[in-house]
Amino acid sequence: MGESATSFTSTWTQIRCPSSPPAVDLSGDGMISPETSPPRSSSQSPRSPSAAPFLSISVTDPVKLGNGVQAYISYRVITRTNLPEFQGPEKIVIRRYSDFVWLHDRLAEKYKGIFIPPLPEKSAVEKFRFSAEFIEMRRQALDIFINRIASHPELKQSEDLRTFLQEDEETMERARSQETGIFKKPADLIQIFKDVQTKVSDVVLGKEKPVEETDPDYEKLKHYIFGLEDHLAETQKQAFRLVKRHKELGQSLSDFGKAIKLLGACEGNSLGKVFSELGAKSELLSIKLQKEAHNLLMNFEEPLKDYVRAVQSIKVTFADRANAFRQHCELAETTKLKEINLDKLNLMRSDKVREAEMEYRELKAESEQATRRFETIVRLMNEEIVRFQEQKTADMGLAFHQFAKGQAKLANDIADAWRSVLPKIEACSVSSQHG
Amino acid sequence: MMCPEASLGFASTTAREEMESLALSDATASDCRTTMSSSLPSDVDPLLFPTPRAGDAPSPSSSSFLEPPSYAGVVFSPSESRNGVSDQGPFLRRDASPRSARAAASDYRRIAVSDPQTEVAVANSLVPGGTTYVTYLITTRVRPGSVDSGPAEFSVRRRFRDVVTLADQLAEAYRGFFIPPRPDKNLVDSQIMQKHEFVGHRRLALEKYLRRLAEHPVIGKSDELRVFLQAKGKLPLPTTTDVASRMMDRAVRLPKQLFGEWAAAQVVPQDIVQPAKGGRDLLRIFKELKQAVVNDWGGVKPSVVEEDKEFLDRKEKMQDLERQLTPASQQAEALIRSQQDVGETMGGLGLAFIKLTKFETEETVYSSQRIQAADTKTVATAAVKASRLYQELNAHAVKLLDTLHEYLGLTIAARSAFSDRTSALLTVQTLMSDLKTLNTRVEKLEAASSKIFGGDRSRLRKVDELRETIRVTEDAKSCAIREYERIKKNNRNELDRLDREKHDDFLSMLKGFVINQVGYSEKIASVWATIAEETSRYARDNN
Repeated sequence: MGESATSFTSTWTQIRCPSSPPAVDLSGDGMISPETSPPRSSSQSPRSPSAAPFLSISVTDPVKLGNGVQAYISYRVITRTNLPEFQGPEKIVIRRYSDFVWLHDRLAEKYKGIFIPPLPEKSAVEKFRFSAEFIEMRRQALDIFINRIASHPELKQSEDLRTFLQEDEETMERARSQETGIFKKPADLIQIFKDVQTKVSDVVLGKEKPVEETDPDYEKLKHYIFGLEDHLAETQKQAFRLVKRHKELGQSLSDFGKAIKLLGACEGNSLGKVFSELGAKSELLSIKLQKEAHNLLMNFEEPLKDYVRAVQSIKVTFADRANAFRQHCELAETTKLKEINLDKLNLMRSDKVREAEMEYRELKAESEQATRRFETIVRLMNEEIVRFQEQKTADMGLAFHQFAKGQAKLANDIADAWRSVLPKIEACSVSSQHG
Repeated sequence: MMCPEASLGFASTTAREEMESLALSDATASDCRTTMSSSLPSDVDPLLFPTPRAGDAPSPSSSSFLEPPSYAGVVFSPSESRNGVSDQGPFLRRDASPRSARAAASDYRRIAVSDPQTEVAVANSLVPGGTTYVTYLITTRVRPGSVDSGPAEFSVRRRFRDVVTLADQLAEAYRGFFIPPRPDKNLVDSQIMQKHEFVGHRRLALEKYLRRLAEHPVIGKSDELRVFLQAKGKLPLPTTTDVASRMMDRAVRLPKQLFGEWAAAQVVPQDIVQPAKGGRDLLRIFKELKQAVVNDWGGVKPSVVEEDKEFLDRKEKMQDLERQLTPASQQAEALIRSQQDVGETMGGLGLAFIKLTKFETEETVYSSQRIQAADTKTVATAAVKASRLYQELNAHAVKLLDTLHEYLGLTIAARSAFSDRTSALLTVQTLMSDLKTLNTRVEKLEAASSKIFGGDRSRLRKVDELRETIRVTEDAKSCAIREYERIKKNNRNELDRLDREKHDDFLSMLKGFVINQVGYSEKIASVWATIAEETSRYARDNN
C-alpha cells in the first residue's frame, strides 16, 4: 500500500519519545518532581552555525502554585532555536494554562483560514484537576500544541508566538489580562455590533436564510469533517474505556493474587508453594497492567482525543469562512447598489456626485478587501486540509503503533509470568506421584 | 449459585450481533463472524460430560469456538521446549484429568438437563387459573455394565421441588457423608429476575448438581438418585408417612416414659437415629438442648465426648479451607469478569475503528486518507481478533471458577456432615444421662422400699416398670452408639477421600488455568506484534 512512498512526519514523535516515564506526584502534596525533558528533535540539533533552521520547544516541570481556590499549575517552557528572530539559542519562561489560551485566541483572530492547533479542555472536575494523571495529560497536550505552532509555516512566524516564548511573566500577564472577561477590544465590539445589525436587517428584510457557498467540493469537505468528528469521538470513547478496563483488571489481579496466596496457606507443602507462586505472579501482573493502562492513556487515547479537538478546530475555521463569505457577498451587494446610485446621480448632474463617488470608492475598497480575505481563507484551507490529512495519517499511524506495541508487550509479559509457574506445578505432580 | 457461563453468554450478545451485521468483504471478517455466532461451550453440548475438565476433547460436533486449531501449536511447542514439559502438554485435551477418571467410574456416563417448560399446577391451588412452575428434561445415559438390566438411556421430567426432595432424602439417609449442596431455592420473586436468564442459570446449576451426585462413590449408587433419574411420572411429595413406613421395619418401640407424662405416639429407635425435627420431636429437642447446655456450661463432663483429636484437627483445617475458599472464589469470579470486560471493550474499539474505516473509505479524497483507512482497518481487525481470543480465554478460565466453587460447596457439605456427627453424639449423651437418672430413681425406690417391712408393693411395681424402661433405653442407647460410630466412619472416609481428591483437583485446576492463560496470551501477543511491525514505519520515520 505504498509504504515507502509516503513518509509523514508525526508531531507526536517529537514529543512522544521520552527516555524516562513522566514524573508523577505520588506523595500527594501537589508538588511534582521535575520531569527530565527528553532530547527534542535530536536529528535537528545544529552541528554548525549554518545548520538547518530549527525551532523546538518543550513544556515541562508542572508545578502547583497558589493556594486553595486560586491554585494553578505553572509550566516551564524551554525554547531552543537558531532562528535570528529569537533572542538567543535557548530561553526559558514560566507559563500557565491561561497564557496558552491567550496565544491560541490571538492566533485564531489573526490567521483566519488556518487550522489553529487545539488546546486541551479548559476546566475539569475540581477534584481531578490536580491529579498526577490529569496534569501529565495536559502537559503533553500543551507541548504538542506549541510544537505544532512552531512547525506550521505561517504560524511560526507570528509575533504573538515570540511574545509567548520570550517575554517575562509580568509582560505576559499584562497581555493576558487585556483579553480576559467579556470586555474585548473595541474592534471586536464593532464587529459584534455589525453582526447583530446584519441579522436584524436580514429578519426585517425577510432574508432569514444566511448566504452560503454552494461549492460542491466544500460541501463534501464539511460533510466529511462533521462525520469524522463523530467517528473519532466514538473511537476515543472506546479507547478511554479500554484504559479503565486495564486498570480494573490490574486491581482484580492484585486481589486475586492475595486471596490465592491465603488459600495456599491452607494447603500442604508443594501444593501450597504453587498457590503462593501463582499469587505472587498475579500481583506482579497487576503492576504491569497499571503501567500499560497509563501507556494506553498517554500514547493511544490522548492522540485520539487530540484529533477530536483538531476536527473541532476545523469547524471553527468553517465558521470563519462562512462569515468571510457573507461579508464578501454583502459588501459586493452594497457596492453594486452604491454604483447604481452613483450612475444615477451622474446622469442627474447632482452636486452630491463628489460625495457619492468618495463613498463608492471607500466601499469598493472595503468590498475588495472582504473578497480578498475570503479568497485567502479558501486558499489557506485547501492547503491546510492536505496538511491535516497527512498529519493525521502520521499521528494516527504512530498511535496505532504504540497501541499495538504496548498490547503485544503486555500479552508477552502475561504469558511469561504464568509460564514461569509451570515448573513448580510439574514438581508438585511428580512428587505426589512418588509419595 | 453463580453460573458465570450463562452470564458470559448474555453479556456479549450485543457486541457480537453488531459485528455480525457489519458487512466486511475480506476473509478475516467472515471468519470472525462464523466463529462469533457459535455458542459458548457450556450452554448446550451434553457431550461435554465425560470429560468436564477436558472440555476441549476433540469431537466432531464441538464448534471451532472451543478449540482454536492452532492452539496446540502455539501453546505446547514453546512450553515444551522451554520447560521440558512432558507429553502432559495437551493436558486440556486428554481424558487424563483426575476428575474425568472419577466421572468415568460413575454408574452414569452422562446426565443432561435441558428443555425447560412451564406447566400449570391445577390441583389445590387457591389462585384462580393455577400457579405455574417450570419442569426440566433430565436425560441420563448409563455406563454399560453398571446395571444388570434396564435401558441404557432414560429421560424424565422433573421440577425443582423434586430436587429439593431428593436433597432432603439424601441428607437423611447419608448422614456423615459430604453431600454436594443442591442449588439454591428461588428467594427472589421470579418476576423480578429475568425469567429466561434465571431459568438458564438454574438449568446449569441443576446439571452440575446431578453430575456431582453421580460422581460421589456412595451417593452415585444410591436408590434415591436412581429413582429420581429414572422413575417415570411425577414424583410424590415427601410426607411424614413415608418416613414412618420406613420405620416400621424395626419393631422396637420406646415406652412413653421416655417422653415424660405426655404420651406421644409410639416411636421407634430408627427415629432416634434421625436428628430431632419439629412437631412430635419437640420434647426430644428440648432434652437434647438441655443436654447440649449441660455439655457447654455444666461443670461436669458428659460421659462420652468427642475425643478424637485427629478429627478435631481435620475439622479445623476444613473450616480454615472454607474461610479462604470464599474470598478466593469471589476474587476468581471478579478476575474473569474483568478479563471479560477488557475483551468486550476491545471488541467495541474494533467496531468503532471498522466504522471509521468505512467512513474514510467512502469519503476519500486524498492519498493520505487511503493509507490511513488501510491502517485503521488492520488495527480494527486485530482488535476484533483479540476480543474474540479474550472471550475464548474466559470461557475456559471459567472452569477454574468451577473447581473453587465446587470445593466451597464441599466444605459446606462437610460442615453438615460434622454436625450430623455432633447431633448423633448428643443423642448418645442424652440417652446416657437418661439412663443415669432412671438408675438413680430405681436405687432410691429400692432403698425406700426395703425400709418397709414386707416390701412396698406399689413402689416395687414402679421399680419393675422402671427396669423395663431402662432395658428399652439401653437398646436405644446401643442403637444410638452404633449410629454415632457409623457416622464417625463416614466422616473419616469422606475426609480421606476429600484430601486425596482435593490435591489432585487443585493441582489440575491450577495447571489448566496457567496453560490456558499462557496459550491465549501468546496468541494475543502475536496478533499485536504483527500490527506493531506493520506500523513500525511511523516510529522509524521520525527518528
